[in-house]
Amino acid sequence: MTTLNTSAPRRPGTSTRPVRWRRLGAVSWRQYRLSAGGAAVFLAVLAAYLLIMGLRIRSGYASLGSCHLTTSHISRTCQTALMLFGGYHVWGETTAAIMLTVPMLIGAFGGAPILGRELETGTFRFAWTQGAGRTRLALARLALPAVTVTAATAAFSQLFGWFYYPFFAFPADSAFAPQYFELTGIAFAAWTLAAFAIGALAGVLIRKVVPAIAAAMAVWAGLLVVTILYLRPHYQAPLTIRGQNVPGASPWLIHQWWTGPDGQTITNENKIVQLINSPQRGYSQWTTYQPETRYWHFQFIEGGWLLVFSLLLLAATIWLVRRRAA
Amino acid sequence: MNVIETSGLSKRYRSTWALRDFSVAVPAGQVAALVGPNGAGKTTLLNLTVGLTAPTAGTVTVLGGEPAGSPEALDGIAYVAQDAPLYKNLPVADMLQLTSNLNRRFDHGYAQERLSELGIPLKRKAGKLSGGQQAQLALTLALARRPRLLVLDEPLANLDPLARHDFMAAVLAAAMKGEGEVGGGMSVLLSSHVLAELERVADYLILISGGRAQMAGEVDSLLARHRVLTGPAAEADLIARMLPVVHARRAQAQAHLLVRTSAPAEPVPPGWEAHPVGLEELVLAYLREPGAAALPGPARIRKPEPTEVSR
Repeated sequence: MTTLNTSAPRRPGTSTRPVRWRRLGAVSWRQYRLSAGGAAVFLAVLAAYLLIMGLRIRSGYASLGSCHLTTSHISRTCQTALMLFGGYHVWGETTAAIMLTVPMLIGAFGGAPILGRELETGTFRFAWTQGAGRTRLALARLALPAVTVTAATAAFSQLFGWFYYPFFAFPADSAFAPQYFELTGIAFAAWTLAAFAIGALAGVLIRKVVPAIAAAMAVWAGLLVVTILYLRPHYQAPLTIRGQNVPGASPWLIHQWWTGPDGQTITNENKIVQLINSPQRGYSQWTTYQPETRYWHFQFIEGGWLLVFSLLLLAATIWLVRRRAA
Repeated sequence: MNVIETSGLSKRYRSTWALRDFSVAVPAGQVAALVGPNGAGKTTLLNLTVGLTAPTAGTVTVLGGEPAGSPEALDGIAYVAQDAPLYKNLPVADMLQLTSNLNRRFDHGYAQERLSELGIPLKRKAGKLSGGQQAQLALTLALARRPRLLVLDEPLANLDPLARHDFMAAVLAAAMKGEGEVGGGMSVLLSSHVLAELERVADYLILISGGRAQMAGEVDSLLARHRVLTGPAAEADLIARMLPVVHARRAQAQAHLLVRTSAPAEPVPPGWEAHPVGLEELVLAYLREPGAAALPGPARIRKPEPTEVSR
């Protein structure tokens, strides 16, 4: 008796050399180049605006340079320059508020449709049964846009930093304070990647593009608020000083309060107004703050955890693709 | 080699079993038809075969032992899902390029030649093609991959009679020419409601009902194992007690009994006539009698009770 080999005969040339990444990259690019183009146009328009406004703000800032703004008497020319600069500042603040929605828009509109549309229209039955296999395909389809949006928004936040620099230098605003912290450094790109990852996961979970985009934007905004209020102030223990004269040019003021003679916190608003106008013995003001020297430290902490968080969400997305299908 | 082999295959969606203890073995080189009522589990079985979904219990292997959904299996199977999903905003030429990039093999020359024969313009967007053209494009993309197994889910559902005919002719031509990879013809598994169309093409039949295999086997042998007896209605109950009747149909004085036979030349009761049965008639009879089963091997065959009359 001979033992028969019952395993499936492997025909020559069919050893599974998987489909090359380069070709999957081509598929990925073919399918997102339209939305990439849309995002590029959107960013280009915004960039042109930042460039033009940025140059005007800079010239306004330059004309303030010869003014002594600390003296009590300010010359006529300097008053005009100051008013003009103040007007620019309002523009700048509005621009910053709009900028804050950019990561959310680019991330959610970029991330949610990638797998969400595939599931909504049923084309996943086509795409996921091709020789490449759905895990590799999903990886290629997510990785390329994820890298692109992160790189594009990283460059974009540099432009914003240049645009807003005069107001940070003046200093009218602190780059450390909420709203500006997210728009500068590496945080802007990290928040965009997070919105993209939230969108991608929402697309697979909800399987409909528009609800997934809406859900991703809501979750992203919620995460940002929670981060600003509860997480970011505690990356490192804040410093506390008596009074309100915080050292350094542009720290991030977190909290200010008054205490009475026996150390209790004053909650009565009228009393506080009274104390601000005429300080009394035994009452003191306290301020907690993050010094501006910690700005980059905080940027790296926030960028780091957002990167890990985004990669975890993307891994969960791939896991769902592997597991959950028809 | 079995092109599909399932053993105790079960799939549950939440609390309902779409497929329950489903075991079949479909030999290679055949056109296998999967028929059954709506919701019987046809699409679930196909999804399991192509690896789109994972079984709750049991196993399914394809192409002679490869686990469904494995890289080897995906490489050798082309699937055209129901309604032929395509990227509607992509031009036909881009669909070809994309499919080529997603597979290790893709025969561009074949695909372009076939599309030009069909008069499908390469520059037109897939979503702008007619339903029949979309089905043909999906089939072309599948065939150009040179699969060893072609799986089609309700490919004829949205096609007019002429397009149905053309579509099935193309499938048959590809299967017979052995357009699979060198050394093996292409096997086909298709699910369909269109029984008349299957009669022409199917070599192998799987009848699925309530998530279970009700009948499975080569069409020729299934037909040889059944015949229709026609005789006086008054004697029908008597006959039914002696012979395994699958389905009884009475028209006034005459009764038509679909009977399972063990030998081709089994004697006919006096006063009765025997006729061979057609595939459509056979399938309809079993569809009307979900309790009846005809499976290879003795395990599942049981003698059905004589049943109440329809019509």
